[in-house]
Amino acid sequence: MPVTNSPRTLFDKIWDDHVVERLEDGTCILYIDRHLVHEVTSPQAFEGLRMSGRRVRRPDATVAVVDHNVPTSDRSKPIEEPQSRLQIETLEKNVAEFGVPYFPLRSASQGIVHVVGPEQGISLPGMTIVCGDSHTSTHGALGSLAFGIGTSEVEHVLATQTILQKPAKNMRVSVEGKVGPGVTAKDIMLAIIGRIGTAGGTGHVIEFAGSAIRDLDMAGRMTLCNMSIEAGARAGLVAPDETTFAYVKGRPFAPKGEAFEQACDYWRSLASDEGAYFDTEVTLAAEEIVPSITWGTSPQDVLPITGAVPSPSDVADPARAAQIQRALDYMGLEAGQTIAGTPVDVVFIGSCTNSRLEDLRAAADVLRGRHVAEGVRAMIVPGSGLVKHAAEAEGLDKIFLDAGFEWREAGCSMCLGMNPDRLTPGQRCASTSNRNFEGRQGPGGRTHLCSPAMAAAAAVTGRLCDVRELVKETV
Amino acid sequence: MDKFTELTAIAAPMPTENIDTDQIIPARFLKTIQRTGLGKNAFAAQRYDAEGNENPDFVLNQEPYRHAEILITYDNLGCGSSREHAPWALLDFGIRCVIAPSFADIFFNNCFKNGILPIRLPREICDELMDDARQGSNSRLTVDLERQVIVRPNGETIAFDVDPFRRHMLLEGLDDIGQTMAHDAEITSFEHRPSRAWVPSITIGTSK
Ligand code: SF4
Repeated sequence: MPVTNSPRTLFDKIWDDHVVERLEDGTCILYIDRHLVHEVTSPQAFEGLRMSGRRVRRPDATVAVVDHNVPTSDRSKPIEEPQSRLQIETLEKNVAEFGVPYFPLRSASQGIVHVVGPEQGISLPGMTIVCGDSHTSTHGALGSLAFGIGTSEVEHVLATQTILQKPAKNMRVSVEGKVGPGVTAKDIMLAIIGRIGTAGGTGHVIEFAGSAIRDLDMAGRMTLCNMSIEAGARAGLVAPDETTFAYVKGRPFAPKGEAFEQACDYWRSLASDEGAYFDTEVTLAAEEIVPSITWGTSPQDVLPITGAVPSPSDVADPARAAQIQRALDYMGLEAGQTIAGTPVDVVFIGSCTNSRLEDLRAAADVLRGRHVAEGVRAMIVPGSGLVKHAAEAEGLDKIFLDAGFEWREAGCSMCLGMNPDRLTPGQRCASTSNRNFEGRQGPGGRTHLCSPAMAAAAAVTGRLCDVRELVKETV
Repeated sequence: MDKFTELTAIAAPMPTENIDTDQIIPARFLKTIQRTGLGKNAFAAQRYDAEGNENPDFVLNQEPYRHAEILITYDNLGCGSSREHAPWALLDFGIRCVIAPSFADIFFNNCFKNGILPIRLPREICDELMDDARQGSNSRLTVDLERQVIVRPNGETIAFDVDPFRRHMLLEGLDDIGQTMAHDAEITSFEHRPSRAWVPSITIGTSK
């Protein structure tokens, strides 16, 4: 660990506290506190261990869960798709063989890995957390350094509990002030991505700061950090504070009693020092952020819901113009049209970005006493079995079902269309997920990313629309 | 892992920014439990029509690019999902080297770990190489990792940077895990630091 008195960032501190060894060229052997494993990116890693006769070094720092492939319909039936079933069975075989703790499909604790980790207190502040999934950045909301890794690295972490990396650059994105009504963490993040672009954070870890971020609850901070990867960043972080500690306290795998208090003291010391150096700084005014929606096929193709779709003729760079045209063609939109009013076929509320209890409450607030528009298929897929139970305890399921939504079992579902929940070619979807790439939700599917409240509003009106207008009606 | 020393091969031009890993290998092909066999579905959405017929306009369906071992693109190659299936699909197709002005971090790392050399070069140089690649069967480039140069069809050489550790691993065809395991004592002593006493262990008694 380097002994230094110069002011350090939150990222620098977590990094320094996990360096096992610095190799000659500056690559570090970085210790990993938590390794989360799911069925899609792990089979080849376990196979690698088996072939080389290696074991899992720290099963007690590893947790496995099934989420990407699982059906979100009735769980009492066997899984129909043979390949999905094979991946799930392979994971079950691997966790049994290597002694890895596992939340099985029919456990109430099963869910999307990035919902389950924080919810169980497996992911904690000040930790290094990895998973073979790019949205591992979600866990950074706790004030941990959390990032996605590839399958070779999954194998490396299983075998050594470390990873080889060089430190990232520091970036701070500050959002100051108070957001207006109807503006959520999702809108803040879409606005940030719209500002810095999908490669804006490359090579950086982003610390989210400022009063608008401090005001967010943990679910909101998770939404924000979740999409750091859509800004190209390696990870996103929010400094742990009293909101964080209150969230962590009492979670099943969090430290208890005295140990919890000691941990809090340590976590408090992690906040970026006054005067710490950031390679890049970006500031946004919260008041200027409006409910946002994507129009194109990259998360940076963001518009305020009040805005109009760009025209290829607006830009000078011919490559960019061609890209805009291609995105418009794919999305079935006209250059220059207003985005509000575009009819939708499907509404998907779920994914590791927006499937927590708070997200479901926000959707319920819009849906209470309303009904899904004719011809729209609308579904809610809670992030975990526990989220589902908690929502049912509050009666949210009743609101959703009365409104004509499907109320499904936990999993990734239509976020990536690996399970049977997917769009058909040409279908347009208002989605609370994180990626609007071509074909992401099913081949030929058209995705508009937005907040749960905006998605609910689209379901009710059958069109992309400004949720503030619906909420106005209610008050 | 296969060593990477020198490669002389056809380069395919893909003058597009932000080629994401969903494009390189769509999610529906991720249900494999193996590393091999993904090549036929690399770029599936662009390569095949709805009936599974080849789209003749797509570069990798054209001669000589069906045999390309080098891919040249524009900025932010490999953005999006961390799926290592993307480099596996490229490798299985036959790609051993990717050249772009910039890469997404995870994809960049994943390439090295699978014996694919990712090379970052300024956009102007990528444009020149893109022109070389457009020359059909004359589009052969030589990538010499030992000397850290690319040799163009006209004989001109272009130097590139590569992390010395990564270069060493590729040249020797070494796997990271064995290297790290040599530091086992340091890892164990790290695990016993008193400052780490607060980190809880995870056991799920009733799992399964
Ligand atoms: S919900 Fe979507 S983005 Fe999140 S882990 Fe699952 S597939 Fe990935």
